[in-house]
Amino acid sequence: MTASLTDTAERMALLPADVPRDAIIVTRNLQREYDMGGEVVRALRGVDIVIRKNEFVAIMGPSGSGKSTLMNMIGCLDSPDGGEYWLNGHRVSELEDDELARIRNKEIGFVFQTFNLLPRATALHNVELPLVYAGIGSKERSRMAIDALQRVGLGDRMHHRPNELSGGQRQRVAIARALVNNPSILLADEPTGNLDSATSVDIMALFETLHATGQTIVLVTHEHDIAAHADRQVHLKDGQVERDFKTEATH
Amino acid sequence: MLVGETVAVAFQSIRANKLRSMLTMLGIIIGVGAVITMVALGSGAQKAVEDQIANLGANTFTIFPGQSFRGGVAQGNRVSLTTDDYLAIRRDARLIKAVVPELQSNLQVKYGNQNVNSPIVGTTANFVEVRNYTVPFGRSFRQGDDESRQRYAVLGADVPDQLGVNAAAMIGQQLLVRGIPFEIIGVLSRKGSAGSWQNPDEQIFIPLQTAQFRVLGTDRVRSISVQVADGVPIEQGMVDLERVLRREHRIRPGQENDFQIRNPQDILATRQEATQTFTILLASIAAVSLFVGGIGIMNIMLVSVTERTREIGIRKALGATRLNIMAQFLIEALALCLVGGVLGILFGSGMAIVLAKFMQWNTLISMPAIIVAFAFSAFVGLFFGIWPARRAASLDPIVALRYE
Ligand SMILES: Nc1ncnc2c1ncn2[C@@H]1O[C@H](COP(=O)(O)OP(=O)(O)OP(=O)(O)O)[C@@H](O)[C@H]1O
Ligand SMILES: [Mg+2]
Repeated sequence: MTASLTDTAERMALLPADVPRDAIIVTRNLQREYDMGGEVVRALRGVDIVIRKNEFVAIMGPSGSGKSTLMNMIGCLDSPDGGEYWLNGHRVSELEDDELARIRNKEIGFVFQTFNLLPRATALHNVELPLVYAGIGSKERSRMAIDALQRVGLGDRMHHRPNELSGGQRQRVAIARALVNNPSILLADEPTGNLDSATSVDIMALFETLHATGQTIVLVTHEHDIAAHADRQVHLKDGQVERDFKTEATH
Repeated sequence: MLVGETVAVAFQSIRANKLRSMLTMLGIIIGVGAVITMVALGSGAQKAVEDQIANLGANTFTIFPGQSFRGGVAQGNRVSLTTDDYLAIRRDARLIKAVVPELQSNLQVKYGNQNVNSPIVGTTANFVEVRNYTVPFGRSFRQGDDESRQRYAVLGADVPDQLGVNAAAMIGQQLLVRGIPFEIIGVLSRKGSAGSWQNPDEQIFIPLQTAQFRVLGTDRVRSISVQVADGVPIEQGMVDLERVLRREHRIRPGQENDFQIRNPQDILATRQEATQTFTILLASIAAVSLFVGGIGIMNIMLVSVTERTREIGIRKALGATRLNIMAQFLIEALALCLVGGVLGILFGSGMAIVLAKFMQWNTLISMPAIIVAFAFSAFVGLFFGIWPARRAASLDPIVALRYE
């Protein structure tokens, strides 16, 4: 079982021979179908993607092209109907429920378009939540959470509840929450989709800072100027990769 | 630490929906409260019967008049016990320590300008010790008083209350029984009426011969109580007595007795069984309401799971396992039930105390009932919480996150 291997190097050795050894995400012919009462919607029709450590990738494409479906798959929130998926050497497509929960907790930081914060909890508590499920003690937990909130520039809003924060601040809390457990990869599905353009610029600046400190980031967006922050763009169309290129190459 | 967090979240969610939580808990509160009160009532009744058994002494039985049979045919309700039988028992029975005959009739009693109708009991001087009475006020009559047919009256403990007079103040006062003046010489200790039709504390005792010759004019006794000699089994005493009475009544072998010998312990044992059945019945009715309360918990937990689908999705996305989610909702259900259980125990005990205080009912708050009710409410929480909790735990993270 690949899941039982704790040593990353050992796990990476089990990857297909043709992928680079520093690949964090490897998908092979990834497929996902939705059965809408007899009519089958093929949201992903065989996606092959390799994302390496320290990359900042933007996923683009028209509405309904399968961007969110792919992100959910990468984030282990959803399971593929076909194909294979390795995350940091874990062969995710074979894992059980509890192992997936552990991977979501330790390996992935997910940022949603709609923030998805717990409305009744303070910013601090929201950020602590992944640490709670990681089994970290309360002292260490709040130390780490405060640290993460300071990194996103919200050190002075820790005891506010989501409804006492602006949209941009909420998204910062969500980003702090995604970062707090030092995930291998930060996933963001249209993180600026609910924000005005000025706030969007702030959030993208934050992503760039994080990327500069070594964080691997995958981000879904509709907007070219947002995608321009990334150093690589993957364009999807009808559930397949249409184009995959370095950002500099087009400019 | 995860347990701490889970418990904190459970209480937070209970507090966030105060009214709803309170209404949900009400089912458990009433259920547990009912169990506690009902069991307290049942135990109280049982305790009263037990006390009565202890009061009687283990070596006393009673003879009542029966029907006389001739050739297998009942001859009507002829009263067949007289003071002669009492004398015969005293003369002939060997295994017996004391004999107490009782003549009884309900008579008009006048005290000052008050009239009451009381059971007048003519009996021998030894009734006090055989019946386990004490005489806190005044004294009882003596054998000499009986023989000289003194008009002395000894009152049951409730009689002064009935007349609205202080017990100590009645000693030496006059009382008219059927117009015949009696001197009140004593007031007896309280027996308690629990479990019997007639309140023994409302009786008025007068000497046997006074009753026989001066008041009632009859030698027919209502009962004869017999105390067996020390070290003699009660059954052996009963056989001895039956022999004496059959000879006295000239009953031939093969014929039925025209009297009944009753061991009061048997009567009380039967009554005890009855109160036990009664307790179980009451408790099970109460348990049904606890069960209904549990269904209320399940209902509200299902609502809570649906309401918090998105929260469940978020928690799962952040790494909560099935077990984490399950524990969260189970602990919430459990907390509702246990808080309800504690309130129910307070409510039920309060109820029992109020019933005892203001309605003079016998109640006995029983520790086992409290423990069982508490454990049962925990069980209800687990039992009715598990299904909603499992539903929450089995939600698909992405489906839960998309839930509107
Ligand atoms: N839960 C679902 N049930 C049925 N069909 C779905 C479901 N989720 C997505 N789809 C379908 O799968 C396809 C891809 O959807 P997806 O959400 O991945 O698109 P997207 O690229 O994220 O679009 P957008 O840019 O509008 O967010 C769409 O045709 C959509 O209708
Ligand atoms: Mg989408």
